[in-house]
Amino acid sequence: MTTIALLLVTGLGLGALYFLIAAGLSLIWGLMRVLNFAHGAFFTVAAYAGWSAAKLAGGADPSLRWLIGVVVAIAVGGLFATLTEVVLIRPLYARHVGQVLVTVGLALATISLVQGGFGSDPQRLALPAWMTNTTSMLGANVPNTRLLVIVVAALVFALLLFFLRRTRFGLIVRAGVENRAMVQALGIDVQRAFTLVFAIGGMAAGLAGMLGATYYGTVDPLRGTSMLIFAFIVVIIGGLGSVTGSAVAAIVVGVVQQFLNFYGAAGVGDFSVVLLLAIVLLVRPGGFAGSSA
Amino acid sequence: MNPAAPLLELRDLHVYLAESHILQGVSFAVRRGGITGLLGRNGVGKTTTLRGVLGLVPRTGAVLLEGRETSALAVHEVVRLGVGYVPEDRDVFGGLTVTENLALAERAGSEHRYDLVYELFPELKQRGAQKAGTLSGGQQQMVALARALLNADNRILLVDEPTKGLAPLVVRHVVDALQRAAEVTTILLVEQNLSVAHKLVHDVVVLDQGRVSFTGTVDELMGDPALARRHLGLAAVGSH
Repeated sequence: MTTIALLLVTGLGLGALYFLIAAGLSLIWGLMRVLNFAHGAFFTVAAYAGWSAAKLAGGADPSLRWLIGVVVAIAVGGLFATLTEVVLIRPLYARHVGQVLVTVGLALATISLVQGGFGSDPQRLALPAWMTNTTSMLGANVPNTRLLVIVVAALVFALLLFFLRRTRFGLIVRAGVENRAMVQALGIDVQRAFTLVFAIGGMAAGLAGMLGATYYGTVDPLRGTSMLIFAFIVVIIGGLGSVTGSAVAAIVVGVVQQFLNFYGAAGVGDFSVVLLLAIVLLVRPGGFAGSSA
Repeated sequence: MNPAAPLLELRDLHVYLAESHILQGVSFAVRRGGITGLLGRNGVGKTTTLRGVLGLVPRTGAVLLEGRETSALAVHEVVRLGVGYVPEDRDVFGGLTVTENLALAERAGSEHRYDLVYELFPELKQRGAQKAGTLSGGQQQMVALARALLNADNRILLVDEPTKGLAPLVVRHVVDALQRAAEVTTILLVEQNLSVAHKLVHDVVVLDQGRVSFTGTVDELMGDPALARRHLGLAAVGSH
């Protein structure tokens, strides 16, 4: 029972990280039909920016340092994503091959730059003592970092739902996911929604970058890429363009991965997620939620 | 502004889609007020003409709204000049409620005619919380028309086959709504149902194979069987 509780919480924590990356990816695809392979680069750059900021604030309270890191990571993720949309993606709308090439190129270049600047080895993130402690749940000692990641992701999910359901921009995004041309035909500048969605996606990826560093205790130049692969799987299983679908799929993928990696041979969990993707595509090609935001 | 000047003018409009030359130099003018019919057989370019006015398809030539050239503007900029659009397939946002569909159409700086919309379509008020995708075809058409009518600063509505696929009772409702709408704005109407067109429109423009083949009044066209047969086809006249 103890092991199951621990695996469940760590699986949920992993799913929470996937969700933070997948939510932005899903909205970007749903609204703009852009397959953004640079999303992992937002995660990585923001993680290193947050880690650097936390390090620079050396004399401050550890919790404050961590918080500064989170704020910087969100800001850098959002800024990087906005610049990517304005400078690289905007000239290539409707040119899908060009978009794939430019976002893959940006992802590869970013990893090389980060490795050049910070080295290829993971760098340890100093965490406040309360984060490195554990909390007893159902007989298991659950690391507080896992609980923190889950709570923050749940808050982000609630905020995204509020944005989508209660604001005009959210209404535009939901309508744009269904029929972008008709949104324009109502006199709405969809381009602004594109930039906003990219910025929100980048901010969520940036937050995931710093929370990923908190979850694993390190920043790593290659983590964004490996997380991106599973985030893409989450987006497809959840239903392209659906934030709620991504949340459900992220939980399923994270938990399945953790359980099968523990009880099966090494790598079985990762493989089983790909198998799950294949089954969902065969049984329900639109994913859990289809194409509604 | 000269009130006699056309509200909308198309000059030598060409549209290519894939390898096809859909519009081959379409030119006509729509005068201010009332309903102008854009008629013709299936596949002659009526829907493409409306989409060309908005810029939803790549086109060459000139589109002037109250004398202002709009060809270089983005779709949303053309619409903000006062163009409402009711597409052939209604294109309501099925995942949004009726109220959300209408709220999305609200344009900043324009007065919103909810009183008129709910007077014409009281059903929409009752079904405000219902997802538009669960409405019947007729109700979806009401949502599409209501979106176009909502903004009081819309100078012209481009309405594409609003009665297509609807039951006779609903067709009557839509015809009544269009007649009422024409009291407050100008309408360019694409309509295949010639009895509906005859009831609603005064001026007509007929397209044939991507070109304008006739302009005049509906009475001139329908009053001369030979003329109607030549421009609209035997079957069409027969059904009138």
